[in-house]
Amino acid sequence: MKRAVPLTITFLTAFFLVVSFFVPHEPFGRLEQRMLVWFAIVSGFTMLLGVDSLVRSHVRKIARRPAGWGHSVALIAGLVVTVVLGVIGFTRFGSPFHIQSPFMFVYTYSIVPLQGTMFALLAFFIASASYRAFRARNTVATLLLVSAVIVMLGRIPIGAAISHFFPAAQEWIMNYPQLAAKRGIQIGAALGAVSMSLRIMLGIERSYLS
Amino acid sequence: MVRGNQAAIARALLALAILGALAACGGGAFAQRGLADVELFALPDTTAAPPSICGVTVSDVPDDAGDALVVEWDVTLGQDEILLFEILRYTAGEEAATIGTALAGDREYVDGDVEAGVPYQYVVRAVTAAGPVDSPESSACAPVAQWFASGRLPTLVVALLFSVAVMWFLQMARRGSELYIRKIPGLDAVDDAVGRATEMGRPVLYVPGIETVSEVGTLAALTILGHVAKRVAEHGTPLDVPCADPIVMTTAQEIVRQSYTEVGRLDSYDASRVKYLTYDQFGYTAGVDGMMVRDKPTAVFLLGTFYAESLIMAETGHSIGAIQIAGTKETSQLPFFVAACDYTLIGEEIFAASSYLSREPIMLGSLKGQDLAKLVLVVIILLAFAAGTIGLAVDPSGGSPFTAVYETLRSWFS
Repeated sequence: MKRAVPLTITFLTAFFLVVSFFVPHEPFGRLEQRMLVWFAIVSGFTMLLGVDSLVRSHVRKIARRPAGWGHSVALIAGLVVTVVLGVIGFTRFGSPFHIQSPFMFVYTYSIVPLQGTMFALLAFFIASASYRAFRARNTVATLLLVSAVIVMLGRIPIGAAISHFFPAAQEWIMNYPQLAAKRGIQIGAALGAVSMSLRIMLGIERSYLS
Repeated sequence: MVRGNQAAIARALLALAILGALAACGGGAFAQRGLADVELFALPDTTAAPPSICGVTVSDVPDDAGDALVVEWDVTLGQDEILLFEILRYTAGEEAATIGTALAGDREYVDGDVEAGVPYQYVVRAVTAAGPVDSPESSACAPVAQWFASGRLPTLVVALLFSVAVMWFLQMARRGSELYIRKIPGLDAVDDAVGRATEMGRPVLYVPGIETVSEVGTLAALTILGHVAKRVAEHGTPLDVPCADPIVMTTAQEIVRQSYTEVGRLDSYDASRVKYLTYDQFGYTAGVDGMMVRDKPTAVFLLGTFYAESLIMAETGHSIGAIQIAGTKETSQLPFFVAACDYTLIGEEIFAASSYLSREPIMLGSLKGQDLAKLVLVVIILLAFAAGTIGLAVDPSGGSPFTAVYETLRSWFS
């Protein structure tokens, strides 16, 4: 019974969603949109669970005082300050997202630069990963290296200045071998996703149930 | 025709002469007046014939819930004068009301705010500098809700065939037939990775991607988590699961708890290790990187849906010397994982992982069905390729029956 009820709900929900994909007439037509609204409401409430998990985890860390517990203090302080500034923005400007709200000040001058910093790290990681990936250890790796050099040169002005071969070759590589491989993976992934959905719908895949 | 060309040439020469005279008299001032003044010369000629809107037709949008109509029209005269179109709608017993606008170049408007079964009439109003010009009223049209989206028939047929293939192999598996599944090194390495973490006394880090639980990649990651958690529980190794979504966190907590229960180690389960970090993409990345650098996990699993953060996490994991097993269906992120991780589950492998790891015959049967469907698709692609190529070789104008076969296959699968 503990498993039968969730499995039945899963099957019926999936079945009606599949039907609504093929039957536009009511009551099926807008079923997906309605369910998305329900999902949005449920996920809104679960955000409280997330905050609860976050606060518990860091309060416990502060209480135990392991190495680096100061980071947890900074996180809790940041959380409280952001909430307080949001409330101030709401009371003074009618919305925490008002342009003059202190909440937006924190967002614009703290969170956005921090996000940008993390994203910028990607450039360095691409360089280190490329260095390893493009080492010509064997025939296949050498082919990869040569293709990568052609594509990189073909996509920058200096490549065309050296030879018109590079832009044309990079276009060919990207449009044929690269796209063929990519589509092969995408078709496989799509079939895999459908197969897994079928397993979940029919109750064969149950590992998500406790 | 010749006389008309001569007149046009004469007018052009006259215009050039006038422009030359203007430039000679006050070229600097003319230039300084800028674009706004120049545009004065291009004001529409209000003495020209007003636009005439004709052929206003209304039709039902096919394959929908009866909630949209398409209004189409044509303009015969004075097209250059039209600034925009206003669409007015009439229903029985109601005043005409403007329901939307269309650009001067548009000849179609989709009204998506209608009720099935209610007849509507439309008037298209051209807004010009000289004033509005209305079209005659269209004939009445009532949207109809369809019981079947005929445009999705190919999808239904393919989905049914695919389902039949999967069910057939499921039945074979139930009857005890031996099913061969190729080896997937990334999944075979799960035990080694967990074993090494146990030997070194360090935790295992499992990152289930940054998407919500409604994403199929996340679902795949959660099904694999159950198997990994069992291995971890058997070895008594700590397992950290940082989540970017509260629902994923709740589901992951339940899955991990169940796995610990199934191997009789519920006492070792620590719910606080399956925790929520943040929904923010790079905030989550920073959090996961921080856990990697501080806790130095020996095995890192990056399975699920990833975007730009994939390489940041994978490179950080590489820098701490962890065994990394990654997998995603996002083709744009796969090269990063291949470059930075020890094992990568490519595309469909992440969806096959649960079946592969469980080794249950019924689960493996679904994989065989998937393979059969893939084989059928490959055959269809080859057929389309051959028909298209032969068709063009036989008749480059596209009149060959081979081209017709190619077009039919393309329309079914595009």
